[in-house]
Amino acid sequence: SERASELYEILVLEAELHLSITRLAEWAAPRPVEKNLFTLLDEVYVKPEPLGVVLIIGPWNYPWSLTLLPLVGAIAAGNAAILKPSEISSNSSKVMEELLPLYLDKDLYQVVEGGVPEAQELLKQRFDHIFYTGSIAVGKLVMEAAARHLTPVTLELGGKSPCYIDKNCDVGIACRRITWAKLINCGQTCIAPDFILCEPSVLNRVVEEIKKCIKEFYADSTKTSDDYGRIINQRQFKRLVGLMEGCTIAFGGDADEAQGYIGPTVLKNVTGESKVMQEEIFGPLLPIITVNSVDEAIQFINEREKPLVLYVFSHDNKLIKKVIAETSSGALVANDCVVHFLDSALPFGGVGHSGMGRYRGRHTFDQLSNLRSCMIKQLRMEGLNSMRYPPHTAKKLSWARRFVLSHLNVQRLRNMVMLAMLASLAAFVVQRFLR
Amino acid sequence: MSREQQAVAQARKAFETGRSRSLEYRVLQLKNLQRLFLEKQKEISDASKKDLNKSEVGTQLFETLGLEGEISLAIQKLKEWAAPRPVEKNLLTLSDTVYIQPEPLGVVLIIGAWNYPWAVTIQPLIGAIAAGNAAVVKPSEVCVHTAKVMEDLLPLYLDKELYPVVTGGVPETQELLRQRFDHIFYTGNSMVGKVIMEAAAKHLTPVTLELGGKSPCYIDKNCDISIACRRITWGKYTNCGQTCIAPDYILCEPSIQDRVIEEVKKSIKDFYTDNPKTCPDYGRIINQRHFKRIMGLLKDSTVAAGGDNDESNCFIGPIVLRDVKPEATVMQEEIFGPLLPILPVSGLDEAIKFINKGEKPLALYVFSADEKVYLSITTADLHMCHFLLNLLYFNSKNYLQKVYE
Repeated sequence: SERASELYEILVLEAELHLSITRLAEWAAPRPVEKNLFTLLDEVYVKPEPLGVVLIIGPWNYPWSLTLLPLVGAIAAGNAAILKPSEISSNSSKVMEELLPLYLDKDLYQVVEGGVPEAQELLKQRFDHIFYTGSIAVGKLVMEAAARHLTPVTLELGGKSPCYIDKNCDVGIACRRITWAKLINCGQTCIAPDFILCEPSVLNRVVEEIKKCIKEFYADSTKTSDDYGRIINQRQFKRLVGLMEGCTIAFGGDADEAQGYIGPTVLKNVTGESKVMQEEIFGPLLPIITVNSVDEAIQFINEREKPLVLYVFSHDNKLIKKVIAETSSGALVANDCVVHFLDSALPFGGVGHSGMGRYRGRHTFDQLSNLRSCMIKQLRMEGLNSMRYPPHTAKKLSWARRFVLSHLNVQRLRNMVMLAMLASLAAFVVQRFLR
Repeated sequence: MSREQQAVAQARKAFETGRSRSLEYRVLQLKNLQRLFLEKQKEISDASKKDLNKSEVGTQLFETLGLEGEISLAIQKLKEWAAPRPVEKNLLTLSDTVYIQPEPLGVVLIIGAWNYPWAVTIQPLIGAIAAGNAAVVKPSEVCVHTAKVMEDLLPLYLDKELYPVVTGGVPETQELLRQRFDHIFYTGNSMVGKVIMEAAAKHLTPVTLELGGKSPCYIDKNCDISIACRRITWGKYTNCGQTCIAPDYILCEPSIQDRVIEEVKKSIKDFYTDNPKTCPDYGRIINQRHFKRIMGLLKDSTVAAGGDNDESNCFIGPIVLRDVKPEATVMQEEIFGPLLPILPVSGLDEAIKFINKGEKPLALYVFSADEKVYLSITTADLHMCHFLLNLLYFNSKNYLQKVYE
């Protein structure tokens, strides 16, 4: 719906633009680094610089935010950019191609529309960074193409994001948040909770609560509600219907091919081998797999690829910490879903098959910059350098050892000196004026 | 199962036991590594001498001392590095706990180089251990003696399963690259770098590629040329020019070219005596293949100083070339040897233009007393990875790197 587009796509872009505009001077400024004995008298800093020409390949599920958020960072970092929006969301792609040149520098930031052949042709060109959001299979192809030019890549991929519900948590609130997150955009969200893990004793309660929430969010019918989405195309529709095979439908299962409509569907009697567990769902099917404990859940999660995000619902901090310590993922969110993407302070991205690289806020800026190490010395104090020049003697070496292995904390030393100065100033003031 | 497959599988199994997760375990491994350098200096130096004619002091100064410093730093700071890192809050997250939690990646592959085999192979290993990973270490087979010492010594000090050493040449490396890693750290040349990244792409493995190129060195005519040339001479001829961040070539105005040549000659004499061949601090070219390659680079340039060489010894004395043209053979590839070409340019602007025509280098050196000169270089439309006024020394804390993510 129009409001949903604004909520889930445009709003986050507006916030990112506002943040980038207000913080750009800070992000682009030289960043001094910690000094040591060798660099005490030098200027040492990291200077962010543009990389050059960045290629941004966007996905179809949130075509505006996921294609333009990287563009915001690319622009902020001073790069030129070629945007290749997804041809699957063809209407958005067309609008992007028409509107962007009306507002942005036409030469620096170009939109190239097209499908696979056009993308392949683009990938033959040399870029200074490629930012790709999409599937794992294509991610590999993008990286392979990038390798030929030694182009660094940011790959925002996907996978199956597990969602563990501890039986002792507030199942009502948990299911509310999970239902919301799952059904945004009809499940076509890379960080949607893909499947639920919970103990058998809470299974029925979970199903009931989800049913309740669906009714609350979408009134009587998801099919007629303005707020319930559609599957992007026939191919995805058929794929999703096929995933329901072999499981029991706890509720839902309505599908209308002509409309691209699949109603919210909860599946039970699902195992690790079920069809629905073999690929990222990316649709409104929510399988529930029963496990006997959090340990079993952790084992199940660890047998699979590292996800983009892992969700845990629990009151128990020890349990949450245990999950963090014994699993790995791009992100971990306890007691909510999806909202970590809205926090631009948190670097967003995957690990392993869920992706590489991080973005959002300042992280996009850094990802699309060359963070150049600069050391400015003087052509003086040459005597200090003698320990490194030949002839190499044991004596020079022992001096070098002393310097390199000293644990001089320059910052602490500076603080102590400041403190000493303040203390003597205070003593002076007391003596002179307050006696 | 091939030997390589086995080593990787074993490392993964060892990682999955979770023993490298504890900070105490990582510190223990680092302390053991520290002991290796304290106890086995002789074995390390002997091998370095055979491979590259490095002196005992030279090996310590340019290789192992930096490592000792890095290990010491890692042990001291590990708790801080591994702790959760809170991020800035906003209205939506005011009552939440939001932070970045560093975690191990899993099994890291470290492919080392032959020029500073200890420094470039073990430095990444220190980071890998500190971050809680397992690591497969593949030393360069080109430094034959050092690779053997690494293979013999590392298992005596480190967890054999978590950090296996796999030696071998191209076929063994290719076999390793077919396995799945959670990160690949490669130091070497760009050609092989591309092959590594392509192999990594098949598993969606992130890579760190420390490659090379021609690092330009601009000398402003108004600076202290004597000190500048001293530092450049040291940077160029250490390890016989076989340093990825050695100043590859000089750019300067014609009016100071003669002075530069004189000063470089003077410094060469100070450092390596009149007869570098007999000087214990002057290195050798790693092997015959590189010897021939470097000698071939001389063909269309004028030698201003040096020229002494001996193939049987892989010895090439320090050489300076003058009035070198951009089309010269020596300017077509990274030299990685003791040849120092001087290309005359009309001034800073021409230097910048010339530098921008080439690939972005690993390091860029500018010698000037004038702040405006180096500021104009940094703000000019330069595609540089590193910028260094004067020279850095091989202190591990200052080891400048370009990281490809």
